[in-house]
Amino acid sequence: MQASPTSDPSPSSRAEPAVLPSVDIVEDSAGITVTADLPGVSPDDLVVRVDGRNLTLEAPLRLGEADSLAFVYSEVRANRYRRSFELSGELDTTAIQAELKDGVLKLRLPKVERAKPRRVEVRAAP
Amino acid sequence: MYPSMLKGPGELFADFSRLQDRLDELLGEGRDSSSIRAVARDGAFPMLNVGTWEEALEIYALAPGLDPAAIEVSVEKGLLSISGNRATRAGGETEEIVYARERFTGPFRRVVSLPEDADTTKVEASYRDGVLKLVVPRLETAKPRQIAVNR
Repeated sequence: MQASPTSDPSPSSRAEPAVLPSVDIVEDSAGITVTADLPGVSPDDLVVRVDGRNLTLEAPLRLGEADSLAFVYSEVRANRYRRSFELSGELDTTAIQAELKDGVLKLRLPKVERAKPRRVEVRAAP
Repeated sequence: MYPSMLKGPGELFADFSRLQDRLDELLGEGRDSSSIRAVARDGAFPMLNVGTWEEALEIYALAPGLDPAAIEVSVEKGLLSISGNRATRAGGETEEIVYARERFTGPFRRVVSLPEDADTTKVEASYRDGVLKLVVPRLETAKPRQIAVNR
């Protein structure tokens, strides 16, 4: 699990076919939660990259020892997952939390303090 | 002479090729784009990959976020079935805004027809990183064998 603000180290890999993981994206008052289905990805292999306002999820997809070409029937053909999202400026990209369990990734993107809804106290005029 | 008769057959194929390119452009684009838009689900759940080797058949079901104990695998009359229920997500906070709901929820069932030489009494199942792996060995009698010739 890495979350580094560096640029893409392997631009050539972009041409490789990739599976687009299904996601749920939900916003609440404190931030955004992204839940992504990444079956076959071990936590060590997942890369979550933030580049400016771009968030990219990338991971190799491994099913057993065999090469994916050895399958006689396959509904999943690519050897990796990749999906990127554009983040709004009100999210704090330095405080992103990620957790991968049983092939489900939970990403928590908190809002910056100034973007959170606030209640303004009204005082009675003297 | 009609003008169309003067054109070689290559022209016609070039027209089709241009049409194909145009269609690809209209339909195929945007799948990997960097947007927060939802993607339509096109596959069944869980997705399956099947490999066959000399000794066994391997079935991989991509079923993330499930309790292994709650996945039901059964074999009947040469049909292997994988079923279960993927819980609907918790939440329901009133102030939530939903941008995408692509992940599968609800009951599911996939059925795979096994070859005749599959040994259905020795199916092994394991679950790791959201992938259910089933190994179905081939019957001993179906494995290739060398037969000694006696004098």
